[in-house]
Amino acid sequence: MASYQAYFLGGIIMFVSFFIPGGAAQAGWTSYSPLATSIPTHGQLFWIIGMVLLISSSLLGAVNFIATIIQLRAPGMTWMRMPFFVWAQFVTAFLLLLAFPPLEAASVMQLMDNVAHTSFFLPTGLATGGNLAHISGGGSPLLWQHLFWFLGHPEVYVLILPAMGIVCEIIACNTRKPIWGYKSLVYSVLLIGFLSFIVWAHHMYLTGMGTKISAFFQATTMIISIPSVIILTCLFISLWGGSIRINTPMLFALAFLPMFGIGGLTGLPLGFNASDLYLHDTYYVIAHFHYVVAPGTIFGLFAGIYFWFPKMTGRKMNEFWGSVHFWTSLIFMNLVFMPMFVQGIKGMLRRMADGGANYSAARVPGAIDALPGYVMDLHHWILVAAVCLGISQIPFIINLFWSMKHGEKVGDNPWEATTVDWQTPTPPPHGNFAEPIQIYRGPYEYSAPGHATDFTPQTEPEVVTTVPPTVPTHAH
Amino acid sequence: MDIPYTVEPRPDTGIYNAKVGIWLFLASEVMLFGGLFSAYVLLRVGADPGTWPHGWQNMTLGTINTIVLAISAITTLMAWVSCKVGQFGKFRFFHACTLLLGLTFLGIKSVEYYQHLNHYEIKLSDGRIADGDMVSNDSAQDYVVIHGRYVTSEMDLYDLRAQKNIPDDEIKIPRSQISSMEDYGPWHNDYLALYFTMTGLHALHICAGCLVIGFLWGPGSKMWKTDPERFTNRIEVSGLFWHFVDLVWIFLFPVLYLT
Repeated sequence: MASYQAYFLGGIIMFVSFFIPGGAAQAGWTSYSPLATSIPTHGQLFWIIGMVLLISSSLLGAVNFIATIIQLRAPGMTWMRMPFFVWAQFVTAFLLLLAFPPLEAASVMQLMDNVAHTSFFLPTGLATGGNLAHISGGGSPLLWQHLFWFLGHPEVYVLILPAMGIVCEIIACNTRKPIWGYKSLVYSVLLIGFLSFIVWAHHMYLTGMGTKISAFFQATTMIISIPSVIILTCLFISLWGGSIRINTPMLFALAFLPMFGIGGLTGLPLGFNASDLYLHDTYYVIAHFHYVVAPGTIFGLFAGIYFWFPKMTGRKMNEFWGSVHFWTSLIFMNLVFMPMFVQGIKGMLRRMADGGANYSAARVPGAIDALPGYVMDLHHWILVAAVCLGISQIPFIINLFWSMKHGEKVGDNPWEATTVDWQTPTPPPHGNFAEPIQIYRGPYEYSAPGHATDFTPQTEPEVVTTVPPTVPTHAH
Repeated sequence: MDIPYTVEPRPDTGIYNAKVGIWLFLASEVMLFGGLFSAYVLLRVGADPGTWPHGWQNMTLGTINTIVLAISAITTLMAWVSCKVGQFGKFRFFHACTLLLGLTFLGIKSVEYYQHLNHYEIKLSDGRIADGDMVSNDSAQDYVVIHGRYVTSEMDLYDLRAQKNIPDDEIKIPRSQISSMEDYGPWHNDYLALYFTMTGLHALHICAGCLVIGFLWGPGSKMWKTDPERFTNRIEVSGLFWHFVDLVWIFLFPVLYLT
């Protein structure tokens, strides 16, 4: 609860900052100093205080998740019997626990820069508005960037790991077969968690921090792509030979795989120092990370909502409108972000005040034109697709609220899933279960040979067979 | 269904829930102070040669504070041990000691802050620099009085380790000769910025610790009658936090005072 209260208060403070004189924080989401300290608004102050509260909230939440997973596993629930989603949440919580505090430290220092006029991030000789700033100097803008991206990169995995976990659960359930390479998934997610702490400076190749440091972070960035590919590969192979049920959660989960694949693979040129120098801060970057977080994370979340909605409410969401939501979202999502790859490769920079109009109109004698006209025209198509993408979410919102009252009523385990979350009453009471449970088996025992149904819940006891084992007879 | 292992330890992990929680919380705290310490390293390594201050702290007060916290670590431990063996009176005594030692630390710390904020570097129009404790800074008078000395260059002010025996004088400076005047607050330079930020954040942790200890000593101690085992666990968990805060000081003291 304290976690939620801190989150709520932090959110309020952030929103309030829009209504103060001078407006909200204007230094972008990265809040780079000295820009963040130079803009004459108290919005940055509100942002920092809001951030400190949100970080406290995530800290409490993370402690809660990890302590629960370590301490409150049901009897028989060994580590290697945990569903992959729980593993993903476990690693995510550790990332939040350990990666956020350095940003909190950085926030405190930026707060001091703002309030106490220190110079943590302000270099000697800084001039703002044409005048030499009245500061002691000696600070380092790079320090902020390092501390910021020390959170910033693990944060990306905070976004994607739960989505991977959700997709894994849904694929196992809807292919009616055990997930392929469960242990590989677990070790990969642990490796990602560890490596994500030592890749942050690949966001900073252009800062002049030095080629040696760039080389190190380029190497770690390439290494972290290996466990990511392992996870994706395991999920793909899991589809092989399954009797696949197509429903709305499964549609989103299936779309996640190639879409996240595009997002991940297009990240490789950004991880290499040499190619990143060209692509840095272009629309290519925007396209890349939106492929990771939009059809990646957000599709994962949609899949999760459609999947666990019956457990929360006792009713299913409407399948027809679910698939309308899916297909329109998938098409428009691609129409929004795919053209951005082209724009970025052609040199369209991000964060241009006029969308690049002036830049594209520039004509330098003897040089190639800055941006071809069709690159600028793509903006219009992206706008149309983005509006359509927004409209595509309307069926989802209506479906969500309508189904709470009018959805098809279902039992405790409508998807015939094996994991423990489906063996509880609906909605789950305090402590989740009506009476203590015992775990007897792994999380994905679908289509076990000789079993009456094609799923064997984790709580189902081992059948003690009284029939003597048959002696195999060999035909000669 | 009740949540298990709130009091008794879980057999396979060997600890109760709250203890896992506090250790995770402390891991997060390590990263928080780790961020600040890495800022310290980066700024100190990046400082211009000869401009990193040495010997700017009041060693007497710093040493006393270190001893105060060290003793409070022992009393915290004794309070928990007293609970373990069921001596509630002793617990009250030791916990009160911890609380008082914590407050003593904060008192001494504020004296140190005052000394920094009352110490001025005054640049004169003839290029000299006067540096010392402010004695009189009355805006009605056209001069200020400090207890300090003149130096010719700012470089003379950075390393004070070898200059402890230079006598300070009462210096009267007409305001007309002052070109700029600044106290030794966090805005003065990166070292003081780090000093105030790191010790300030540490002092906030001491405040939080005092609140928790005060609660468990006063209203929170009612639990001793209803659930002594759980209360003892609470003392242990809050004690872990207090030990961590002590430990941070053990790192801050050499980094900010001794070098």
